[in-house]
Amino acid sequence: MLRVLRAGPLTTVQDAGRHGLMRFGITPAGPMDWIAFATASQLLAAPPDAAAVEIGPSGLTIRAEAPQRLAIAAPGFRVIRDGTPLPSRVALTLRRGQIIDITPGPFGVWGYLALPGGIDAPVVMGSRATHQRSGLGRALAAGDALSGCGPDRGPDTGPDIALIPPACPDAPIRLLRGPQDDHFAPDVHDLLAAASWRIGRKSDRMAWRLEGPSLPAVKGHDIVSDGIPMGAIQVPGDGQPLCLMADRQPTGGYPKIACVITADLPRLAQSRPGETVRFTPVTHDEATTALRGARQWLADLPRHRRFLRLP
Amino acid sequence: MIPRLLDAGDSALSVQFGDRIDAELSVRVLALDAALAADPLPGITETVPTYRALMIHYDPLRLPRAALVAHVTGALSAGVRPADDGRLWTVPACCAPEMAEDLPHVAATTGLSPARVLDLFLAATYRVAMYGFAPGWAYLSGLDPALGLPRRASPRDRIPGGALIIAGGQAIVAGPAMPSGWHILGRTPEAMFAPARTPPFLLQPGDRLRLDAVDAATFATLQARVATGETVARRSA
Repeated sequence: MLRVLRAGPLTTVQDAGRHGLMRFGITPAGPMDWIAFATASQLLAAPPDAAAVEIGPSGLTIRAEAPQRLAIAAPGFRVIRDGTPLPSRVALTLRRGQIIDITPGPFGVWGYLALPGGIDAPVVMGSRATHQRSGLGRALAAGDALSGCGPDRGPDTGPDIALIPPACPDAPIRLLRGPQDDHFAPDVHDLLAAASWRIGRKSDRMAWRLEGPSLPAVKGHDIVSDGIPMGAIQVPGDGQPLCLMADRQPTGGYPKIACVITADLPRLAQSRPGETVRFTPVTHDEATTALRGARQWLADLPRHRRFLRLP
Repeated sequence: MIPRLLDAGDSALSVQFGDRIDAELSVRVLALDAALAADPLPGITETVPTYRALMIHYDPLRLPRAALVAHVTGALSAGVRPADDGRLWTVPACCAPEMAEDLPHVAATTGLSPARVLDLFLAATYRVAMYGFAPGWAYLSGLDPALGLPRRASPRDRIPGGALIIAGGQAIVAGPAMPSGWHILGRTPEAMFAPARTPPFLLQPGDRLRLDAVDAATFATLQARVATGETVARRSA
């Protein structure tokens, strides 16, 4: 069992999401970075839909109240166990009283902490995902206890494992035009691809705000509501686009000029407020190929492990 | 008109039947939704009906886009029948003055008498076209066109759970309390969304409903029963 000693404001329990209920107005929530989330569970061979702690931008500090196997996937964060730096993607067993301090490092916004069997938290409408706006769960706070689900197998004393980090290319974030691409003139599409976009300070789990040139809609900025997938870039009347993320509302009435491809959602979510990103349009086939590649990387994850002997 | 199939990223397809709020379009959206539910295709993860479009979320590695498009095109050309009239609910509604605080404004704006506004509002048979905005907020089609008026100039910080509200030619039965700029014409004691209840949502998209006027005393009695977990709306079909 772990005790939370410090938790940043956007630190919540998330599983793969509360899916199937968008037709009733329920936000799916789930991880901001689905690849890092799956990595943490994979390191412990936990089920892919198991819940993990999503570590917010200012990090997390935990103490083991009893021996505890855990995994961390927090690319770009500093991970320190009792003064010893650890890899930012690691699986290990904490001894009672040991403390892990996860703090912001050179890059990254979201990290994940997994326990064997997944983090135990109340299941509401089939999911443990937190959605604060709907009153489903809350942010973690100092004093909270974290334990795993499933049969009590006692402390797992598996080996210490680190993960070879994947290449993190600084390439433009890929998107598919539409569904309301015809609301925007060709030169506005060119502007979306040519400009450099600063991630706004008010970005949160609902939307990553994109600050840059105004994107006027020739057919107006109001549409009759339609569904919203994660990654949809909607443009309200002020012309400043927002990319809708895990805590988005399921439907909305602003035109969506384009959608970020699933494979590149983690790179956008891990781009910090104040940093800039660029976009480039691709085809559906290219998006699917990239998604296949990302899932294959996760499936091959055991091959990227190396066993460590931590001090 | 042939619906347009528009990609919404690599994992969602929006089937757009038109670009306006129209009960006939909504029926076609709900019919396709029902057809896909009756013949489930592996790889479709969920569908989200709105007034004029159906969004199909899918896994493009389990279900290639071309196969989904072929399936949807087939369902559409097979002549998707309007959804059967589905379930019909009678939902208690209290329009006493203290629960219909915008009735004077709606009457003044539409040029109708307050009694006529309520007559039109209570006489209609509505259909749940979609949910949106917040959990359990059911958007209805079937509002009498005479009751069309824009939203309030300044939204209210909070309207009560179960409020019956109108704006922009649409009507909503509100779920839990939220801010809103719509006009309040009444309130139901029924809980549209109760997370601990099975099922948590009373109404399915496609369900029809009628409002059954009750007085304030009956409202209070029914509300107390709802608080104990009882369902006071009646299902008649």
